[in-house]
Amino acid sequence: MDNRQKEINNLKDYKYGFSTDIENIQAPKGLNEDVIKFISNIKKEPEWMLEFRLKAFERFKVLKEPDWQKPKFPKIDYQDLYYYSAPKSMKDKPKSLDELDPKLLETYKKLGIPLQEQARLNGIAVDAVFDSVSVATTFKDELTKQGIIFCPISEAIQNHPELVKKYLGSVIPTSDHFFATLNSAVFTDGSFVYIPEGVRCPMELSTYFRINASNTGQFERTLIIADKGSYVSYLEGCTAPMRDENQLHAANVELIALDDAEIKYSTVQNWYPGDQDGKGGIYNFVTKRGLCKGKNSKISWTQVETGSAITWKYPSCILKGDNSVGEFYSIAITNNHQKADTGTKMIHLGKNTKSKIISKGISAGSSDMTYRGLVDISSKAKNSTNYTQCDSLLMGNKCGAHTVPYIKNKNSESNIAHEATTSKISEEQLHYCQQRGLNPEEAVGLIVNGFCKEVLQQLPMEFAVEAQKLVGISLEGSVG
Amino acid sequence: MKEQLQKDFYNSIKNLSLSQKDIEIKKFCLDNFIDKGFPNKKEEDWKFSDLNQIIKNNIGELSFYNDQASTNKVDTSVFVDGLEHNKIVFINGRIEKIDFEYEKKDQIEIIDQSETINEFENSNSLSDLNNAFTNKCFKILVKKGYKLAKPLIIYHTTNSKIWSKNINLRLNFELDKDSSLRLIDLFNDTSEKNFLNIFYNFELKENAVLKNYKVDKFENKNIKYSFNNIDQDKNSISETFILSSGSNFSKNEINCNLNGIYASAFVNGVFSLYNNKHHEIRSIINHLTENTKSYQLIKSVLEQSSKAVYQGKIFVNSDAQKTDGYQLSKAILLNKESEFNAKPELEIYADDVKCSHGSASGSLNEDSIFYLMSRGLSYQQSRELLINGFLLDVVEKITDSEIKNLIKNMLGIKE
Repeated sequence: MDNRQKEINNLKDYKYGFSTDIENIQAPKGLNEDVIKFISNIKKEPEWMLEFRLKAFERFKVLKEPDWQKPKFPKIDYQDLYYYSAPKSMKDKPKSLDELDPKLLETYKKLGIPLQEQARLNGIAVDAVFDSVSVATTFKDELTKQGIIFCPISEAIQNHPELVKKYLGSVIPTSDHFFATLNSAVFTDGSFVYIPEGVRCPMELSTYFRINASNTGQFERTLIIADKGSYVSYLEGCTAPMRDENQLHAANVELIALDDAEIKYSTVQNWYPGDQDGKGGIYNFVTKRGLCKGKNSKISWTQVETGSAITWKYPSCILKGDNSVGEFYSIAITNNHQKADTGTKMIHLGKNTKSKIISKGISAGSSDMTYRGLVDISSKAKNSTNYTQCDSLLMGNKCGAHTVPYIKNKNSESNIAHEATTSKISEEQLHYCQQRGLNPEEAVGLIVNGFCKEVLQQLPMEFAVEAQKLVGISLEGSVG
Repeated sequence: MKEQLQKDFYNSIKNLSLSQKDIEIKKFCLDNFIDKGFPNKKEEDWKFSDLNQIIKNNIGELSFYNDQASTNKVDTSVFVDGLEHNKIVFINGRIEKIDFEYEKKDQIEIIDQSETINEFENSNSLSDLNNAFTNKCFKILVKKGYKLAKPLIIYHTTNSKIWSKNINLRLNFELDKDSSLRLIDLFNDTSEKNFLNIFYNFELKENAVLKNYKVDKFENKNIKYSFNNIDQDKNSISETFILSSGSNFSKNEINCNLNGIYASAFVNGVFSLYNNKHHEIRSIINHLTENTKSYQLIKSVLEQSSKAVYQGKIFVNSDAQKTDGYQLSKAILLNKESEFNAKPELEIYADDVKCSHGSASGSLNEDSIFYLMSRGLSYQQSRELLINGFLLDVVEKITDSEIKNLIKNMLGIKE
């Protein structure tokens, strides 16, 4: 096979494996105070924001990269990365979608999210992040009418400093762990959502993240605040172009729910997982944390993780308000040489708090999957309950599935229940499906979808369909 | 602590007739221990029980030298009544008596292994400490096809002669083909504030059966660490039961390697804690070949500000198809100060396996109490009945009826 043919085949394997040639403005390579000042300057940030970044950077300097995780990876040289890059055409911000760089628009088309159509047909406001700067935000008007703020966080820093100042870093402080602190120092952009008191957000808010320029770690920062009695459902979906070099992705997501508010955060992550030999792929080291600050508040995380070479994240809930509720629904699928170490933390601080964890892990090929979770009921969290269920499915004897729950109960009036099982798809089930005319791959797809159903049905409609397809695609070639 | 360790170390080896090589190995272990110190909560395995801190708070400064020359009189009143048994008696860490009066003498061999250093699959510093300071070590060999007629009880007694001391013990057992042994470890302490560091190694050959019951029931203020390594060959069975109750702090570690097909391991445990006692069980079951089985059940009843920890791990190698692994831990917290921490872990590399774990903790079921009280029982009686039933579940798992009754009596469980 000649080289060209090989290349085409490689591209075929990964549906979204392409990259766009757009000239980039880049900060000089490396990480130091000047680079941070450069980022802050180019974003025309106020003084307090720069201080926030520098404070985080001071802290970052003394932190060490953690090494307790199950998937090991080659050492990252943080001085060898670009911390800022923006599509050049952003210099003069376009007034409308029509003014966008046609190449950019084309990229989204390939991804299946043509902005105009998506926005019009689905009624979803899309805030697309291309590399590090938000390109366009649609449906702003309708949201503005209700007083909802949905904009890139860099805009929010300019226009709503009082909100950003109050809440940014209140859930993930600048003194948090290694990757979160790195993000605090160098984050480039992300989404900001504020739902005012008593407002039920009329549509699903959505962001499509996309990593582009080679060697650019993406450091988004998302901040969602649901004021008293409000409701919001936020979707995040990701695909990334094919690259041979590993790309680091260390985002921070902070959710804050005040009294009686509810936030639903759904993720479908399908970043480039590396080729069949485990070469390349994204490192997905994301910090997601929600704070149920007010009484009767609720935060619910739903995630479908099928991509990335290494996924390492624990979307967490801090249940501080009395009667608050935290939920975590997860499907993680690893194939070939992918590795995942994911789970959640439920920290019960308030009275009558409830949490529920449903985690489904599927590993195939030579992959490795770990569920790691913490349930901590403090001595003041009277009458709290937790229910955890984590099931793993193994396909083949080269892969691994691990469960590492930490369970701490310091309150005699609280109850914790935890269950975990590991098994494989039974021959009987496969036989039954095949007898009825399905080929082995379809049969596995069907059974796995059934295994994941509990989680899939938590996703908003538009996502559920996409996710269901993804589950099938991710496991292609793992049977037979 | 360093000076104390070195001083005590030289005092200890002075009394032993060791070869230069052995002294060097012991010295190496000592240096390892000095380097690492007592395990603390920064180590993952000690996350919930910071031994370094516990020793500091409960004992303060430890000394490590034990005078092995002076003998202690064996106090026969501690012996278990109504059960004929063989005896090994440790008093303050010194073997005072080995007595296999009920057995055929030629079927059991007692080998002095003081000069060999044990290699444990245990990376913590306590095995170094143990290697550096143990001075008498015996291997008990049960010969091919011999089944001991009576159980063996190992009495671990300490008396008020020792204070703030570290005692290191080591015993090796080998059960040859088709043999069986019932073993009870009985702790009886009248001393206070000592740290016992006990290492056992069991080697189970084909079809061998080991039943090990560890009973720490009597109230005492000592700190204990016990490590059991069990290697199992084809068809062998090991049963471990732990009653964890009396000491101020106690950590039992079981490391079980299922090397042969159809080998099975059972680990059952009861925590019955009060005051501010802090106990832990950590089990690691390594399924290394196909068709092996493990079963674990741990139940805790926690009163006052006591704290129980259970860390259980099931490891399944990629060759270990058809593994059956099960693990369940349940806890009842009776006081708002009490605490239960669990880390039930699965690490699985084979696909045709059946592994599951469950963990639950909470308060006594008020509905059940109401049900019993509505039938005329007092609150106290209902509570006792429920706790009895809860613990009985584990005790019933003991396969030896004589010993089951003994333990039931100790726990005060009525049927």
